[in-house]
Amino acid sequence: MKAMINAALILASLTGGNFASAADFSVRITNLTNGIWFTPFVVAAHPDGTSLFTAGQPASANLQAMAEGGDISGLVADLQAVGATISENPAGGLLPPAMSADVDLNTDGTSNVLLSVAAMLLPTNDAFTGLNSITIPTNPGTYTFDLPAYDAGTEANDEMITGGGAPGAAGIPADPGGLAGTGGSGAAAADANSNVHIHRNTLGDTDAAGGASDLDSRVHRWLNPVVRVVVTVQ
Amino acid sequence: MNFPFQKALRLLLLVSGSYLLSACSDNDAPPPSPPPPPPPPAMASFDVTVTNLTNAQPLSPVAVIAHQDGYAFFSVGSPATAGLEEMAEGGDNSALLAEADADAMVIATGSGAAPIGPAASETVTIELLDRERPGLRFSVGTMLVNTNDAFTGLNAMQVETMAVGDVLTIQGIAYDAGTEADSELATDIPGPAGSGEGFNAARDDQADQVAMHAGVVSRDDGFAASDLTEQHRFDNPVVQVRISRTD
Repeated sequence: MKAMINAALILASLTGGNFASAADFSVRITNLTNGIWFTPFVVAAHPDGTSLFTAGQPASANLQAMAEGGDISGLVADLQAVGATISENPAGGLLPPAMSADVDLNTDGTSNVLLSVAAMLLPTNDAFTGLNSITIPTNPGTYTFDLPAYDAGTEANDEMITGGGAPGAAGIPADPGGLAGTGGSGAAAADANSNVHIHRNTLGDTDAAGGASDLDSRVHRWLNPVVRVVVTVQ
Repeated sequence: MNFPFQKALRLLLLVSGSYLLSACSDNDAPPPSPPPPPPPPAMASFDVTVTNLTNAQPLSPVAVIAHQDGYAFFSVGSPATAGLEEMAEGGDNSALLAEADADAMVIATGSGAAPIGPAASETVTIELLDRERPGLRFSVGTMLVNTNDAFTGLNAMQVETMAVGDVLTIQGIAYDAGTEADSELATDIPGPAGSGEGFNAARDDQADQVAMHAGVVSRDDGFAASDLTEQHRFDNPVVQVRISRTD
C-alpha cells in the first residue's frame, strides 16, 4: 500500500513537472578558457529519459561528428526526433575565449523538462563540453552550472592540425586563434578509454616547428571547468 | 560491516519483547493466543554507484561509509589516517574500513568487490535502519592506482532528506594523500602502469597533509624519469557517484 501511494505521488509530481513548469527561461553560455574556442553550440530542452551522451558509454555517431568536427546537425536531428525545443548556434559561429552567448528557450506545451548543451573545443581532436540533462529549474532564480571538457574517446589525441574534422579522420580541424605550430609527430595514440570520459587535457609542447604536438602547451591547455552555463528563470 | 550487528540487535529486541509479553499474562485468563510478532524495524537502502571518468586510471575497490556528523575519512590540510594511507598508496581499503567500523559515528560500511576500470562502474548497496537516517551522510573513497597516492571520493555527502526513488549524482575530484612523494616511478606505483610497491609506512611527501592533487606530469610532458605516459594524465572530475535510495 505504501508503495502504491509512493507511486501515485511520483506520478503526480512528474505530471506537475510536465505541464506546470515555468517554461520560459534564458541560458547564458560563457567560455572560461584562455586559449580554446568553441564550435557552434547546440542548446536543447528535451523530454525525460533522453540524453546526448552518457559518461562511461560509447559516443553516438552524431556525438562523434560534433566532437571531432563541430558538426551539430546530427545531434539536432536526434533532438528533433524526440520533440525537443532547440537553439542552434546561439553564438553565431565560434565562441572565443572569455566571450558569452545568450539564448531564450520556451517549452510551453511540451514535455521538455531536461536541458542539455554541447559544443566542441578547438583546437582539439575530439574534446567537447556538455551540460548533460539537468532538470530545468521551475522556481524563479539564477542557476549556475560549471561544465568540464569531455573526450569523446573516438579519435587519437595526436594534436596534429591537419584539417581533419570528419568523423574518423585523424587530426585537428583548425586552431581559430592562430597560435598553433606545425610539424608535430603525433602526441598520442588511441585513447586508453574509448568511451566518453573526462578529457586528460592537451599535451602540447613549446616547439612551433616540430616536437610531438602542433599545440602550444602554454596556450592550449585548460583546467576544468571550461564553460559556465547560467540558467535564469523569470 | 555493521549489518550483522543490527540483525543481532533486532533478534535480541524480538526475544526480550516476547518475554515481557508472556511475563505480563494473567494466569486466570484463558490461555492467550500467541502475540503477533512485532513488525520488523523499517529499513532504508541505498545503491551507491561509482563510475570511473578517467582515461587510464583504474580505481581500487571502493570503500563506502554511511555515518553521522562527526566522522570524516579525510580532511584537507590534515594528515591522512593510517587507513587512508594504505588505501591511497596501495589500493587496499580494509584498514580504512576497520577504522570506520570502530568509529561510533559510523552506521554501516561496504566495499566494492574489484577494481573499476576506466568507463566502468560498480554499485555497492548500503542498508540501515530507517530510524538511523536523520543526519545520515555518505563518504566514498578509492585510489587512482596508476599514481603514487592519489585518491578520490565523496566527503560526508548529506543524504538524510532523500526519499525512496530519489537519485543524487555528485562528481568527485582527485586528492593527494600527502603520504608519498609523487615520484611517478614504476617501483612506487601499484597499478598496471607500474606493478610496483603499494603501501609503505614512510611519509615522504612535501607535507604530511591531504590536499587537492595537481595531476601527474608524465614522461611525455618532460618528466624524463617518469614511468607514466600522457595517457595517465587526468583532470577533474575523476569519478561520478550516483546515490539512489531504493527502500
